[in-house]
Amino acid sequence: MADVVPSDPSTLEPPPALLEAIGLTKRFGALVANDHVSLAIRAGETHALLGENGAGKSTLVKMMCGLLQADSGELRFEGAPVSFPDPAASRARGIGVVFQHFALFDALTVVENVALGLPRHEGLAALAARIEACVHRYGLQVEPYRRVGELSVGERQRVEIVRCLLGDPRVLILDEPTSVLTPDESESLFRTVDLLTAEGRAVLFISHKLDEVRRLCQRATVLRGGKFIAEVDPRRESAASLARLMVGAEVPRTPRIVTHELGEPRLLVKNLNLKGDGSRGSALIDINLEIRAGEIIGIAGVAGNGQTALFEALSGERLGGDAEAIVIDRTPAGALGPTERRALRAGFVPEERLGHAAAPDMRLSDNVLLTTHGDGRNVRHGVISHSVLHAMFGEIVKRFDVRFGGRDPKARRLSGGNLQKFVIGREVLREPVLLIVDQPTWGVDAAAASFIRTTLRAKAAEGCAVLVISQDLDELLEFTDRIAVMCEGRLTAPVPVEETSREAIGLAMGGAETASAQGDADAA
Amino acid sequence: MLDTVMIGAVLASVVAAATTLLIASLGELVAERAGTLNLGVEGMMIIGAAVGYATAYSSGSLLLGTLAAVLAGMALSLVFATLTIWLAANQVASGLATTILGLGLAGLIGASFVGTRLDAAPALDIPGLSDLPILGKVAFGQDAFVYASVGLLVLVTWGLARTRIGLILRAVGESHAAAHALGHPVRKIRTLAVMFGGACAGLAGAHLSLAYTPFWASDMTAGRGWIALALVVFSAWKPLWLLAGAYLFGAVSILQLHVQGFGLGIPSQLLSSLPYLATVGALVLISAMKRGQGAPASLGVPFVPDR
Repeated sequence: MADVVPSDPSTLEPPPALLEAIGLTKRFGALVANDHVSLAIRAGETHALLGENGAGKSTLVKMMCGLLQADSGELRFEGAPVSFPDPAASRARGIGVVFQHFALFDALTVVENVALGLPRHEGLAALAARIEACVHRYGLQVEPYRRVGELSVGERQRVEIVRCLLGDPRVLILDEPTSVLTPDESESLFRTVDLLTAEGRAVLFISHKLDEVRRLCQRATVLRGGKFIAEVDPRRESAASLARLMVGAEVPRTPRIVTHELGEPRLLVKNLNLKGDGSRGSALIDINLEIRAGEIIGIAGVAGNGQTALFEALSGERLGGDAEAIVIDRTPAGALGPTERRALRAGFVPEERLGHAAAPDMRLSDNVLLTTHGDGRNVRHGVISHSVLHAMFGEIVKRFDVRFGGRDPKARRLSGGNLQKFVIGREVLREPVLLIVDQPTWGVDAAAASFIRTTLRAKAAEGCAVLVISQDLDELLEFTDRIAVMCEGRLTAPVPVEETSREAIGLAMGGAETASAQGDADAA
Repeated sequence: MLDTVMIGAVLASVVAAATTLLIASLGELVAERAGTLNLGVEGMMIIGAAVGYATAYSSGSLLLGTLAAVLAGMALSLVFATLTIWLAANQVASGLATTILGLGLAGLIGASFVGTRLDAAPALDIPGLSDLPILGKVAFGQDAFVYASVGLLVLVTWGLARTRIGLILRAVGESHAAAHALGHPVRKIRTLAVMFGGACAGLAGAHLSLAYTPFWASDMTAGRGWIALALVVFSAWKPLWLLAGAYLFGAVSILQLHVQGFGLGIPSQLLSSLPYLATVGALVLISAMKRGQGAPASLGVPFVPDR
């Protein structure tokens, strides 16, 4: 390595950053995903990369590890310019990445997955021993010979981290690591991160959870709209000041309306059971739930604990057999399909927007038809009335502030937030008495998320029963009335938000018995 | 005494019939485990048969013919690989086109050899072992293709399960995005896997035209490429089940010939279709028993890295 001679030896300059991005720019067509973004990570620090969805965090990380090539700008490693034509090149320099969507292979075992991340082959038995050693040293519980397809999300993440650590990285990049973890699992991840930085490694911690960042990180780089906004010390900032940097404006909180009267039950679920499909997806075990007109019930839980199965059972996509198990507005609906349930004035918004809530390559107006064709307005005698359809489309766009280019684009052209507003608007305008929404604001920017929550709140005030499934505990605490927790296919009894706490719900997410904070407080 | 000789002969012909399928399907299995569905097996097989026969007939060397067949199958598979892997064209359409192209080219190449005959590839007796009663000739008195098929089976089974390149290949077929993120050259590995499949299909074609039925006819593969494809699916992408499927096909196709010889009054067309029916039937049963297992998760999905 070339000698680095400081220009002025009298001033004590900090050592060059371990990994540095200088003025990186990346364009995708007309979109500038990264516009002269700079970031410097030093040895021994936990550095946060903050930004909303679409702020350009992922693009920046991909350029820093060789998955994407920058259009302009420079990468430096220990002060010397480097280029990473592919991920192998960055790994050779000691940069390890744990992606948000894990780069794991379900059909292979843990040890095979780890072997694939290493530059050279070693015997699988020897490698398993090294995994055990790493597990022991950093407190990452992983069993080498299990198939990854059988593991929980938290375990998968630990496999990813172990795989990175066996490559002995100098810089470890964690992309939204806590979004899939229970509060408990997050804590143990933070302990691991502290151990790693104490060894002189650098950790880049990508997140939009401000509390975590303020606890864990010494410095934070904030991106907004693909641009570098600031580099701050998060410990000296408040959550509100960081949010302002991220969003560029104050984020309104959803007004809570607690004075409305509850009406009759709109959804009754009694002893609902559902078999699992093969190795993946938890079954539902004895689900009981009652939602009354005017209230919003939230279902918390770590992804993959049966929420998807519950949504599909309630929407009628998967039938459990027993007609009485699900009662919508006093009609037994357990044996009815989605269209028949919609005819009972139920509305469903699934988690996956493209491909489940909307057909990606169909125009928005045609997408309106997907859930409204049975309402008797836009289809007469099997023939689509385009004038009615376009009127409905126009109303959704206007009332729900759906923004897009062109007159009637394909669904896939919309941003996540606008498409979600469209999908929710489509269901809300059907005047449902029951609305079931899975991950209402996942991947949606803060302003749109706030709008969606306000819309759902207003719908409840009009006498609709609303069920919200979300992995975002803060969101549920902010705008629902009661919260139930899903864990391994079981659902706890809903507890009023005022009577519970983050900690109690977190415990239940990890499998503890109740979500009631008072029970815990009494016991303590 | 006559009976043991006859049984031995029948069994030997079962082995010969199964060998074509085993070789071709092993190659396709490797391509599919890497995530590429190549429906061009029939085309690559027939081009191998035609080029192999033409080369062997003209040069008088079976070895040269076999080598040419392997290269021809590989060359055609490279056309498929270029279209689907590097240009991200639809795999099903490209595979069908490959088969049609192969059949056409093979007819052209073989046109001047119609009606000629070659001496079949000689049996290579293993001294001592091939003199064993009944099974001696069956197992140790076969031509080189049979030994090669067994060698390939061992190589593929072991290679996929035990070597790093096998692990990477399986990983690419399981999730190309994850493999790419880890820095494995997805498209290069898929191309090599498809070329291996092409080489095997070419070799299977050579076995047909140089050993099994040593002449050239334009329809001599008779759908064996398609059976090889079906074997791969129904064997749940496991090499050892391929072996079972290929030998079942071989057994029924030989037995129905003998049944035809007895003259039972069953239409011969029906009997000729028996091996296909039996193989598909048995393998459907197998795959029904272990439903949804084994299919590489990225099979048939084109990989386009973003830049």
